[in-house]
Amino acid sequence: MTDFIDAFRTALGLIVGLNPDLVEILILSIKVSLTAVAIASLLGFAIGGALAVYRFPGRGAVSAVLSALMGLPPVVAGLIVYLLLSNVGPLGVLQLLYTPTAMIIAQVILVTPIIGALTRQACQDLLEEYDEQLRSLGASSSAIVVTLLWDGRYRLITAVLAGFGRAIAEVGAVMIVGGNIDHVTRTMTTAIALETSKGNIALALALGIVLLTIALAVNASLIWVQRLANRLAYA
Amino acid sequence: MIDRLRKRIVLALGLALLLAPVASTGSFAADDDFIIVQSTTSTQNSGLFDHVLPKFTDRTGIEVRVVAVGTGQALKNARNGDGDVVLVHSKPDEEKFVADGWGVKRHDVMYNDFVIVGPASDPAGISGLKDADQALEKIAEAEAPFASRGDNSGTHKAELRLWKKTSVDPTHSSGDWYLETGSGMGATLNTAVGKHAYTLTDRGTWLSFANKSDFKVLVQGDPKLFNQYGVILVNPEKHARVKAEKGKAFVDWLTSGEGQKAIASYKIDGQQLFFPNARPGT
Amino acid sequence: MLDPTTPLEGVSDRLASPPLPVELIGLYYETGGKRVINDLNATIDTRRITVIMGPNGAGKSILLRLMHGLIAPTKGEILWAGRRMDRAMAYRQAMVFQRPVLLRRSVAANVSHALGLHGIERGKRAICVDEALKLAGLEDHASTPARVLSGGEQQRLCLARALSLDPDVLFLDEPTSSLDPASTLAIERLLLDAQRRGIKVILVTHDVGQARRLAHDVMFLHHGRVIEHQDAENFFEDTHSEGARAFLSGGLVL
Repeated sequence: MTDFIDAFRTALGLIVGLNPDLVEILILSIKVSLTAVAIASLLGFAIGGALAVYRFPGRGAVSAVLSALMGLPPVVAGLIVYLLLSNVGPLGVLQLLYTPTAMIIAQVILVTPIIGALTRQACQDLLEEYDEQLRSLGASSSAIVVTLLWDGRYRLITAVLAGFGRAIAEVGAVMIVGGNIDHVTRTMTTAIALETSKGNIALALALGIVLLTIALAVNASLIWVQRLANRLAYA
Repeated sequence: MIDRLRKRIVLALGLALLLAPVASTGSFAADDDFIIVQSTTSTQNSGLFDHVLPKFTDRTGIEVRVVAVGTGQALKNARNGDGDVVLVHSKPDEEKFVADGWGVKRHDVMYNDFVIVGPASDPAGISGLKDADQALEKIAEAEAPFASRGDNSGTHKAELRLWKKTSVDPTHSSGDWYLETGSGMGATLNTAVGKHAYTLTDRGTWLSFANKSDFKVLVQGDPKLFNQYGVILVNPEKHARVKAEKGKAFVDWLTSGEGQKAIASYKIDGQQLFFPNARPGT
Repeated sequence: MLDPTTPLEGVSDRLASPPLPVELIGLYYETGGKRVINDLNATIDTRRITVIMGPNGAGKSILLRLMHGLIAPTKGEILWAGRRMDRAMAYRQAMVFQRPVLLRRSVAANVSHALGLHGIERGKRAICVDEALKLAGLEDHASTPARVLSGGEQQRLCLARALSLDPDVLFLDEPTSSLDPASTLAIERLLLDAQRRGIKVILVTHDVGQARRLAHDVMFLHHGRVIEHQDAENFFEDTHSEGARAFLSGGLVL
């Protein structure tokens, strides 16, 4: 119990005092995850929209795989990227291992299936309603995808927030490809792992509290967006 | 019309906010002045690097990025070329690393010792024993919980060498009283404390470990517990990416008077954790 | 709200040129093991409003979709002025469905989007959008989210959207079946006006009263075939087929 009380005190002290290490770690975590989510969104919207609208053989299988990849364990994603980016790996010449870029790549792999699958579902639901009308209006398949993506924007925002929540909270991928290097690739989650292994439980909990606050903020905005959508009948 | 303008402004702002972090992540930056050192969790957890590395950077302007994994993994990574220098503590493996051509030359850097720590209650009654393997024998006899690194690290290999000197093969009891955590030193210590288990740890990590609970150093001083650290420059002929010059600068500095003094000056609660022993001229 | 007594203003005077006659030749349509259209043959060559009627399950909605090209017949052909339908022809057709389908955006944006699909540049759309909103009596609701409008308003918007595309042929699938009388009147007025401008209107309706008001040409469907096809006056005064007679007198037609 004392650990928790210590943790809260420590956390408050760090946050209020804008502890430079904490701020640096926080900014890196947000940078990495935000960038990854931005890229994953572009990919996910395109993949999800296309899967919902275009018909091709094996479409069902691709959708199933995409949904399954939502549950890709972060360590596995990290391992895959690590093998690719290692000096002896196929992309070793890029020398990206142990950099924030590698972390972004790993998180893109983690988040794209989430956004893609949720986008596909949103577009599919909309398509049921719109398909005939849009075809009657003369829309090509690509025009339909664009229309659905914009019309489903509130659901897509929800998907993006879900993706961000996943990215900011994972530790397996960024640990393996980033190496948890001080001032370079240390994020909230890897810092928590490190401080825990050093026995600095109070500090680890403090970092955890900050991370939790972010996660709560993300979820709160999710609910707010959904409410807004309902109010405007855009849900 | 105004609505559309407002929408456009919000969209532009949002995009800018989104892209700002991307723009500044710049790890493609031309800033190339760093080396990657593959080292061990125990060395990092002890806090030595936080103390020593800034002095090197001040002297040379070269940033040192430490990837802390187990000794086995550190050597493997170096073999793949994912590092410029390797700093670990398992002499036989280090010598093999150089012999196989992956490293240029092995230098002694510093030493400390391993200790066996355990709960104050000491169920196996090993406190004060002068013989480490005798202590392990008693632990096995009492079937008292023992947490092992189980991760191919320097500490793990040292531990296994000690077990070899006993009549016990603890791996038969893996999962019973012999707990193989497969983790770094800190994580293993957390497990040991949580499970009231004995464990073998390097003194450096133990002194800086903040979650000791009621644990004490029970066995120390056995010459078999001597723990030697070595530093090796990864062979640039094997991997073109190795920053040979900068890496050599680090190795040279670490084994020079300045580096050695920096190592010796690292203390926790007045206690020195690592003892420099680089041989001059090597 | 649209005033049924005043003439419509601001409507373009361009006359449409629908590719007539429409020939439905040996049409079959099967789905889910059922033959919904069963050797349907008919020719529509009047430029006046054609109303398709029939009991539920007769295949009216399916026929409309076949003609509009939304689905393909299992067998048979549909010829427009002797030619099969192609992309260019499809662009000159529009359809209004039983339930209004509007995008999750403003009233004006819905029309603008449709115009965009037809290749009209953003800059040139404003006039068409304004005209369409005026037609629908929704000028004051340009920035309202389309989906908060009432059912009648939504359907008026759908019709105005369809008309803004400058179609030669306009299909409607029971457009007023769930609307209040005032909205129904507004829609019917728009249809009559459309016909006056040369647009070929093909309307499916359940509402005999509506058929009487609008139709100049009636096609009666039953079990996927055309049972009767003649001009409205004769149809309503002196219907030939038993099915049609039963339908008109309000009985159930099996």
